[in-house]
Amino acid sequence: MFRDAVLVAAKDLRVEARSRVATNQVLPFALLVLVLFAFALGTDRGTLSAAAGGLFWLAVLFSAMLAIQRSFGIEAADDARDALRLSGLDAGGIFLGKAGAIVVQLLLLEVVLGAGIVVLYDVQLHAPLLLIGSTVLATAGLAAAGVAYGMVAAGLRVRETLLPLLVLPALAPLLLAAARVADAALGGTPGLAAPWVRLLAVFTTVYVAFGVVAFGALLEES
Amino acid sequence: MPTRNGVTSALGAAAIVLLALTAVLALVVSPAEVNQGDSVRLLYLHVPTAWLALYLSFGVTSLASALYLWPRTRSRFWDMLAGASAEIGVLFLGLTLAVGSIWGRPTWGVWWTWDPRLTSTAVLFVLYLGYLAVRGVPGDQAVTSKRAAVVALAAFVDVPIIHQSVEWWRGQHQAASVLDDSRLLDPQITGTMATTLVVAVVAFTVLYAWLLAHRMRVFDLEHRAGQEDLTAALAERRAEAAELGSAARATP
Repeated sequence: MFRDAVLVAAKDLRVEARSRVATNQVLPFALLVLVLFAFALGTDRGTLSAAAGGLFWLAVLFSAMLAIQRSFGIEAADDARDALRLSGLDAGGIFLGKAGAIVVQLLLLEVVLGAGIVVLYDVQLHAPLLLIGSTVLATAGLAAAGVAYGMVAAGLRVRETLLPLLVLPALAPLLLAAARVADAALGGTPGLAAPWVRLLAVFTTVYVAFGVVAFGALLEES
Repeated sequence: MPTRNGVTSALGAAAIVLLALTAVLALVVSPAEVNQGDSVRLLYLHVPTAWLALYLSFGVTSLASALYLWPRTRSRFWDMLAGASAEIGVLFLGLTLAVGSIWGRPTWGVWWTWDPRLTSTAVLFVLYLGYLAVRGVPGDQAVTSKRAAVVALAAFVDVPIIHQSVEWWRGQHQAASVLDDSRLLDPQITGTMATTLVVAVVAFTVLYAWLLAHRMRVFDLEHRAGQEDLTAALAERRAEAAELGSAARATP
């Protein structure tokens, strides 16, 4: 399963590295969202820095929608989905591979966004280990849930509108937890983060397990 | 399945009688509450619709979806049951939220509070709208049924996490500064108020069974109509081909 996962992840990342859609379109979009928040909330630096954790994760969430659509978009071209189904790769491995490729892309995006909130929102970074650890954990959960629901919407005519409706409510606990951890870390009170980190761990574990089990059923059909 | 049979007729009649009884008990017989006044009567609607939607409907949908996904028990029956139950659940959850909001306005002074139960119920409502959206996607029935079943199970595993997260989220900000309805309802309720509530819950449970039977019947009729259209289209094409064949033979 893990060998298959590495194969699929490497394939997805190779496609992204060559097409540069993620760097040329998704990344600028994420930065644009940061600027739009400033337009919506006013340029008062106190407001923006107080809300920085939540805004950061909201920007990640919106960008993740694009990354997930893209991840299944590349399978739609040239009947690649059928090829994937016929490849004999383990379904759980395909799920982990696609989620892994999205994790890598989102982590790169989060580094840039992190720099973005430091520069634009005047945020001080505290507790770097907590920030990095929780971000990796939350990103893994986000990618797992995203790929599971992405597969539900894949290949349907209404996939662009269906995916956010399915994923965003399911991600509500993740957004809550990740934003609270970020607030605690940025606000210099990392002690408050403990229950939220546990919640992130549970969310990520549940969705990774669910995806590995359910992906076979979603893949075998039609 | 015939349009109606003895069981559905009996269920329908029982639902009408019980709902009428609930209305009389809730509006006339039971007294106004000391603190809430007449607005307490809304709870005789709010509590049973919440029970019907959150526990009965979505419980049945989760169970039926699991049975549909399990290869050994896969049949169209479980798919229809899951879909019918979810539709009724979404309808009554919408009613629960609306009635709760109307109750909250005079009691709490606001239409909406970010109370953990309210918030997680709202998220659940949107999750099941997504489920119905997947079911409504046009195309291969077997594909959308299976995907919808996966979404229903995902919603089921997500619910405890959502609930825990909003519980903590609100817990951090402030303790409940207003009366929450669990404390109002659970221990102190006695006499006609308790009777009314019990009758209301039974009435809505019977209503659920009746609506479920009829929704499944309509699903079945839709399926059969689809099959008949297909058969008719096939017959038409065959007749066309035979006509062309004989025309070709007539003019060599």
